[in-house]
Amino acid sequence: MADPKGFMKVARKNAGNRPIHERTSDYSEVEQTLNSEDRALQASRCMDCGIPFCQWGCPVDNLIPEWNEKLYKGDWKAAIDLLHSTNNFPEFTGRICPAPCEHSCVLNIGEEPVTIRENEVAIVEKAFAEGYIKPSPPKQRSGKTVAVIGSGPAGMAAADLLNKAGHTVTLFEKDEKPGGLLRYGIPDFKLNKYTIDRRIRLMEEEGVVVKCNMQIGRDITVQELISSFDAVCLTIGAMQPRDLPVPGRDLDGVHFAMEFLGQQNRIVSGTEVPYDERIIAKDRHVLVIGGGDTGSDCVGTSIRQKAKSVTQIEILPKPPEKRTSDNPWPYYGKILKTSTSHEEGCERRWNISTVKFNGLQQRVISADIEQVEWELVNGSYAMKPVPGTQETIQADLVLLSMGFVHPVLEGLVTDMGLDLSERKNIRVGKNHQTNVENVFAAGDAITGASLVVNAIASGRRVAKSVHNYLAEK
Amino acid sequence: MQQGLYSPEMEHDNCGIGFVAHLKGEKSHSIIRQGLETLENMTHRGAEGADSKTGDGAGILIQVPRDFYLMQGYAIPHEGQFGTGLVFFPQDKNAAKACEDILMQIIAEEGVDFIGFREVPTDNSILGDISRAAEPVIRQIMLGGKELNQDVLERKLYIIRKRAEKQIASSGIRQKNFFYLPSLSTKVLIYKGMLTSEQLREYFLDLQDKRLESAIALVHSRFSTNTFPSWDLAQPFRMLAHNGEINTVKGNRFWMAARESILKSDNLGDLSKIYPVIEPDKSDSASLDNVLEFLVMSGKSLPYAMSILIPESWNEKNPISRELKAFYQYHSTFMEPWDGPASLLFSDGRYIGGTLDRNGLRPSRYVITRNDIMVMGSEVGVQTFPPEEIREKGRLRPGKLLLVDTKEGTIKYDPELKKELASEYPYIDWIKENMVSLEKIETGQKAPVGLGNAYSNYENTFNYSSEDIEKIILPMATTAKEPTGSMGNDAPPAVLSEKPYRLFNYFKQLFAQVTNPAIDPIREELVMTLTGYLGSTQTNLLETHPDHVKLVKFKTPVVSNTTFELIKRLSYKGFASTTIPMLFKASEGAGGLERAVDGICKAAEKAVDEGKNYIILSDRGISAEQAPIPSLMAVSAVHHHLINTRKRMQIDIVVESAEPREVMHFALLFGYGASIINPYMCFATIEKLVKENKMQMDYDRAEWNFMHAVEKGLLKILSKMGISTLRSYRAAQIFEAIGIDKSIINKYFEGTHSRIGGIGMEELTREILMPHQQAFFPEPLASPLTEGIYHYRKHGELHAWNPESISLLQWATRNKDYSKYKEYSAIVDRDTKLPGFLRGMLEYKKNPIDIEKVEPVENIMKRFVTGAMSYGSISREAHEALAIAMNRIGGRSNTGEGGEDPVRFKPFENGDSARSKIKQVASGRFGVTTEYLVNADEIQIKISQGAKPGEGGQLPGHKVDQIIAKTRYSIPGITLISPPPHHDIYSIEDLAQLIFDLKNVNPDARVSVKLVSETGVGTIAAGVAKASADLITISGAEGGTGASPNSSIKHAGLPLEMGLTETQQILVMNNLRKKVVLQADGQIKNGRDVIMAALMGAEEFGFATAALIVLGCVMMRKCHLNTCPVGVATQDPELRKRFNGSADYVETYFRFIAEEIREHLAELGFEKFEDIVGRADLLTRDEQVSNWKIKNLDLSPLLYMPEEAKTNALRWQQPQEHKIADILDRELISKAAPAIDHGEKVTIQLPIRNTDRTTGAMLSGQIAKKYGAEGLPDGTIKCRFSGSAGQSFGAFLSRGMEFHLEGDTNDYLGKGLSGGRIIVVPPPGSTFESHKNIIIGNTVLYGATRGEAFISGMAGERFAVRNSGATAVVEGVGDHGCEYMTGGRVVVLGEIGRNFAAGMSGGIAYVLNETGNVDYYCNMGMVELSLLEEQSDVRELTELISKHYEHTGSLIAEKILSEMHLYIPKFLKVIPFEYKKVLQEEKLAELNKRISEVEKDVEHISSD
Repeated sequence: MADPKGFMKVARKNAGNRPIHERTSDYSEVEQTLNSEDRALQASRCMDCGIPFCQWGCPVDNLIPEWNEKLYKGDWKAAIDLLHSTNNFPEFTGRICPAPCEHSCVLNIGEEPVTIRENEVAIVEKAFAEGYIKPSPPKQRSGKTVAVIGSGPAGMAAADLLNKAGHTVTLFEKDEKPGGLLRYGIPDFKLNKYTIDRRIRLMEEEGVVVKCNMQIGRDITVQELISSFDAVCLTIGAMQPRDLPVPGRDLDGVHFAMEFLGQQNRIVSGTEVPYDERIIAKDRHVLVIGGGDTGSDCVGTSIRQKAKSVTQIEILPKPPEKRTSDNPWPYYGKILKTSTSHEEGCERRWNISTVKFNGLQQRVISADIEQVEWELVNGSYAMKPVPGTQETIQADLVLLSMGFVHPVLEGLVTDMGLDLSERKNIRVGKNHQTNVENVFAAGDAITGASLVVNAIASGRRVAKSVHNYLAEK
Repeated sequence: MQQGLYSPEMEHDNCGIGFVAHLKGEKSHSIIRQGLETLENMTHRGAEGADSKTGDGAGILIQVPRDFYLMQGYAIPHEGQFGTGLVFFPQDKNAAKACEDILMQIIAEEGVDFIGFREVPTDNSILGDISRAAEPVIRQIMLGGKELNQDVLERKLYIIRKRAEKQIASSGIRQKNFFYLPSLSTKVLIYKGMLTSEQLREYFLDLQDKRLESAIALVHSRFSTNTFPSWDLAQPFRMLAHNGEINTVKGNRFWMAARESILKSDNLGDLSKIYPVIEPDKSDSASLDNVLEFLVMSGKSLPYAMSILIPESWNEKNPISRELKAFYQYHSTFMEPWDGPASLLFSDGRYIGGTLDRNGLRPSRYVITRNDIMVMGSEVGVQTFPPEEIREKGRLRPGKLLLVDTKEGTIKYDPELKKELASEYPYIDWIKENMVSLEKIETGQKAPVGLGNAYSNYENTFNYSSEDIEKIILPMATTAKEPTGSMGNDAPPAVLSEKPYRLFNYFKQLFAQVTNPAIDPIREELVMTLTGYLGSTQTNLLETHPDHVKLVKFKTPVVSNTTFELIKRLSYKGFASTTIPMLFKASEGAGGLERAVDGICKAAEKAVDEGKNYIILSDRGISAEQAPIPSLMAVSAVHHHLINTRKRMQIDIVVESAEPREVMHFALLFGYGASIINPYMCFATIEKLVKENKMQMDYDRAEWNFMHAVEKGLLKILSKMGISTLRSYRAAQIFEAIGIDKSIINKYFEGTHSRIGGIGMEELTREILMPHQQAFFPEPLASPLTEGIYHYRKHGELHAWNPESISLLQWATRNKDYSKYKEYSAIVDRDTKLPGFLRGMLEYKKNPIDIEKVEPVENIMKRFVTGAMSYGSISREAHEALAIAMNRIGGRSNTGEGGEDPVRFKPFENGDSARSKIKQVASGRFGVTTEYLVNADEIQIKISQGAKPGEGGQLPGHKVDQIIAKTRYSIPGITLISPPPHHDIYSIEDLAQLIFDLKNVNPDARVSVKLVSETGVGTIAAGVAKASADLITISGAEGGTGASPNSSIKHAGLPLEMGLTETQQILVMNNLRKKVVLQADGQIKNGRDVIMAALMGAEEFGFATAALIVLGCVMMRKCHLNTCPVGVATQDPELRKRFNGSADYVETYFRFIAEEIREHLAELGFEKFEDIVGRADLLTRDEQVSNWKIKNLDLSPLLYMPEEAKTNALRWQQPQEHKIADILDRELISKAAPAIDHGEKVTIQLPIRNTDRTTGAMLSGQIAKKYGAEGLPDGTIKCRFSGSAGQSFGAFLSRGMEFHLEGDTNDYLGKGLSGGRIIVVPPPGSTFESHKNIIIGNTVLYGATRGEAFISGMAGERFAVRNSGATAVVEGVGDHGCEYMTGGRVVVLGEIGRNFAAGMSGGIAYVLNETGNVDYYCNMGMVELSLLEEQSDVRELTELISKHYEHTGSLIAEKILSEMHLYIPKFLKVIPFEYKKVLQEEKLAELNKRISEVEKDVEHISSD
């Protein structure tokens, strides 16, 4: 245990964020870091609970009490080893995970959970800085080959573990650089892309072969793929965005969030994007539709591009500020979340549905919206508009961030003849095996869009299944 | 006769014993009459069966009354050439004849004359049904000796008896069990049977015949836990009568059997005729008698034999001569102590004497008259004599002997007897010349500790989990203590888990409950030792010879690598050893393992044949091919193999193993025969931790710490069973197994209980090979094999309380949401059936009815109680919430051991009440006042608790705040220690006495007794039922909320299901079930759990953990750290603010459970709950529940319905008979009516006898009921008694009462004194010096909170134990005076015994140090001694002595007072450090207060 009385002596202290005026003029990470002493004090607050609800809440089963203790004692090496034993990429989750662990932390009963996420990233960054994280290729090779398709967090995790188990892994990526949504979906001000490069480099040094700009079906045929690898693992994500089929959807200036975010991420990383292809928020009234994390990222990016105003609307009701009695600890708290981007200046509205987009010269200039109500009908909530609440708001850039529906089906999934679930995700058995014998799938591709940490967890699970499959083969 | 879970060998008996003898050997009938009277005056120490007529057994030993037969016309030979004895024959005539034929033939073969049979006149009309059914045909055999020397004839009679016993036992004669010879001797004759004390005389008409004469009469009445037919188990046995229990008997029996191969006796000739020395299937006392008799027959003297069998402790704390210590040491090398509470009386017809165990755990008092009559017994007052006739009064002291020679007419006291024994041979020289101390051997160089590259192979093969290292080894190496945990064990037993466990985990520690006391290994360290010897070279122990001590002595049995290397190479006096690998070929699987163990046994045997002194079993050298044999299996297999081949005595077993890491593992290895253990892997782990800077100390220190932690832990485990030396613990097998198949037990662990079968060799091998495989052929992505044993981990071991069950339960109860409760309940059922509990493997038979017909929840909720959790262990908020909720639903909450604030006795204005209906009485007696007891609906005597059975507890001073101190009647800041045993319950008849005490104080309250599940608990429960408890709680070992060592949480006690069903079965068999309510607790969480427990026999149900969880507990398991973040188990005011529970939630929880129970009842087809109680026949094995380890578990013994269930009640039906209708207090109460009603002063004068027990308690209860703790004004009721008062005289005496006794008293004087005054003085006319004579018994003022006692005479052991406020003056005390005292004043105007002030944390004792050895006798662990330097001390002392003189007229007090200035320097003040600090702080606070007042005045002045 760190310090039995730590939580009584030390208050929760966040590292905090850079000042708004400073951070909104660049794309560097918003969140700051504590010095090592303060970090250790934060770790001392961990009580080593008889039941670590945090671990229960953590999708990758992080051994949180264990590494908090090591962190407290300054044993960074032991801490990173423990962290790596359950999580391949703490540098990602430590930055962008919504931290279900902290929702479940026993100290969250009093709403002052241990800073688990920040502690996590502190450990991994210190470990990199101190050189504790070094390539350690497997001592023996199994002689088996695996192709992992899609280099998002699930694919990276699967590739990493399978490689560590001694198999020869090739990680295919359709885009120019690996990382998937980590790279193209999440803005740099939340996740510096250097961290992805650093990790990929490490994996390559350990023997993973990373092939970018490789689209299956275009650059290599499905048949080729299946026959040249002992196993194939699909971690292609759920990239099909949910659309908003209202009048005016086809106007210029109405974009999916990913188009906007991906483009900005490329620019930050130095990739040239022709000016006329650019989606620019500068001096525009930006309307972000969808109240989730992606929407929030659109808000932050728009602000950095110096939008004139940013409005975010959400069709669901405003979540409560505090937990309600039917959402008690230690469950994930369905409460209002205010991201750093929200703090930077935007209007947020709830119970709002979009009726139509109005255009001028084929370009959107405003949106008609109205308020809705939610009613419990036969056990599920149904929405209905509130008459007389319709209004028109100015909007000359509309970003649709209402989530993703399922994997992109045309191409790979169809070509392989994979069975799909009702929600059109790739259907797998409990061993993550698809209907094609040596083809496995994991991550958002089988569940629909979810958290990065869930993708890593799924990637780890599929790796074990593939490993067992190869061991028995 | 195994029936269900009943096993005859679990029976216990305790008793009253005594003798009357004429010191000069003058024979008379009056001696016999007095002997019988003595017995009758101790009737309350015996017990009756369910028919209230059958006694457990009574008997008398007298000298052979030769004249009696001559007078009846028998032609018998001369004195010494005539032998006789009663013979019990079968009722069946043919069987009797067959027995007789065998007996006759043996008599003829041994060359003894058969004179004839005498028909023994008996009257069986007085017998109870149970007794009569088992009554044998009793005849007396008369034998003659043809000019044989008496000793020769005596031995022949012994041989005849042994041969006849053996031959008939092995014959096919039906009813052969009836055959028994109580005695067969030229010297003594024994009458005994399954009788009550009174029936003995009525049954054997001889005893009423005035012509029957003897100079000695040794008597015994038995209190057995069961009432099964057993005429032969009545005592006295052939040479002794025993009150107490031999805890180590299993080991003693094995070792005795092992010794048989090396014994030779010229006197007895061919010993194989009489082997086995110990008769099979008899009681512990009978076994001890067998060995005693054998030693005496071989030519040893009685004192010699007693001294080596029951030696006193001979460490530096015992002031005995070097010669005597050498005598003990010499004999300790080949005779392990028969350890346990024992008061023993013995006689061979000429000598008669007694001795006590080393701890003095049984009372033994004696009186010698001027007419040369000596009476000794468990109580004083069993015979009354005029005061002027009394020459001496005394008691036996711990470990001391006393012997009367009726021929010489002398009394030999211990010093003289022991001096003779010690000077017989030059033991000191022998030891000096032959024995070497391991610690003193020079070591050349240090042996390496690390394992280098192989480390991880060992770590993985032996499955060292991160918890093993971080939660066990690291804390032990850091703090030199075993780590502590909280909140019990909710993980499944090893056999239910699919994960691999070490074989160790299948065993559970046994512990003392009721029939014998646990020991406090810290405060009573003086009787404990781990010393042992290595290098058996023993030949014939009947021969006294210097070679016996050619041994290596060691102080600690866990050795470092360096010491181990030394042992390995030792060539001292020609020592030689062989190392035998404990490895087997992994590829050969179970067969390979079995062959390898056989091979080890053969190799060990060969080592014996080659004359080696010890073998080393080693598991070094594991490899990919070679897997380790479980060290426990190897040790036990070798041990039993060598016993069976009669070669065990010639060799010792040393273990070099990577396997043991927890204290329990070490205890098991010793408990199955190892002498020394080198846990090299622990050392390698520690070295690694040091190297990696995981601990901030050097290796040597860490190693010492670790070994020290193991040693302390071992002492704790020994003491739990009341065993004080590792020598007698070794191979005593004080364990039971759960989940191991008989095939393994019978082959390798003979004698160990394993009642439901379980894993066989295949599964066992798989458990070894899983980690072995992982070590050498690692699966890269495999999860660890075991994690989360102590703390829950996702994907780790199952914990019944887990995030899902906890969060759903809290959700359901907070929102009053029954559907959420059902979700919770479904999770509980799912986990139970994994299986997490044995009940998960069972299903009940369904026969659904309409739920509307089932009785309402209100009826059901009355059956619920909450667990005993003290205010102190949990916060006030939590404690009161439980009480309020239970009072609302008609259930009962429990105070726990911490008293209760009287404010809570009154209901609130809104109708709620925070009064706990159950008041607990535990070993610390905290807050147990008369007022507390009269405010109870139920008084619970806590014998054991699930989390740490057999252990005491401690509340550190820093947790004792003002309010806690107030409710516990202690002082803030003073550490409070709960001793492991109740110091007034060392045996079952003591428990009966305490129940009687409590029933007297509060006749309206039920008295309950809380036991913990272990093998034999049913038998104990039967005894408890016979001791008149109204309710018995059986706690599962898996429950428990208190803080305790991890090894106790995990490794002591059995699952609830086993203890509960055993208890139910045995109570039903004995027809005692109808008399007691049976309650169960231990991880009961939902309706199904309750239903299962009900079908197994429980009718009430306890909830502790679940109730706390409802109040917000999240199983932090940090209760012991006072850091509970939810304000439940903490006293920290800041943390208590975080408490967010409520009585409403608890109420909701119980309503939900009751509702769910109704659903189950409807499924079962019963309208009333009571109708399912004990219906184990409705349970079946659920075949759906299975895994690779449980497939061979056989739960049918749990489901067994005894034959008697057809006729006997299965549940409670009638109240107990408490026998309080006609007690002395009734008279006191009527005479004191004016005082009670109007506060008038009354004086009462009455005679008193030892059968008047607990005098004053009932009257005190009435006063407390009316006047509360304040009682009446001082001296309102004055009672003057004369005579010998019975036990518990003046117990719980309220303020305003004064008891003045002329005479003497037995044990427990002033127990729980609550403000009254007690004065005891010798009767007028006494001629002995008061301060040299014992006037009161043991355990005086136990738990007294207030009041005074003035004793003009000496007290026995444990004077003022756990006194927390009374003032007492006494003129001498025995051992352990002022033990655990937390407050009050004690003045001792005479000698003190050993271990004075042990564990004393408060109060002051003034001791007259005339002999100058108070510092030697004092246990200086917590106190300091000083002269009386402060005037206030002198004033206080003088005042107390003056009061003493005033009340008693004590001569010694008079003398001291007259020369006070000369005596002051002779007094020492004994004061605890903590108390001194508190006093100083108080003084300082007072001073500061005054200063501040002065300053205020100054301010006032200035502002004016």
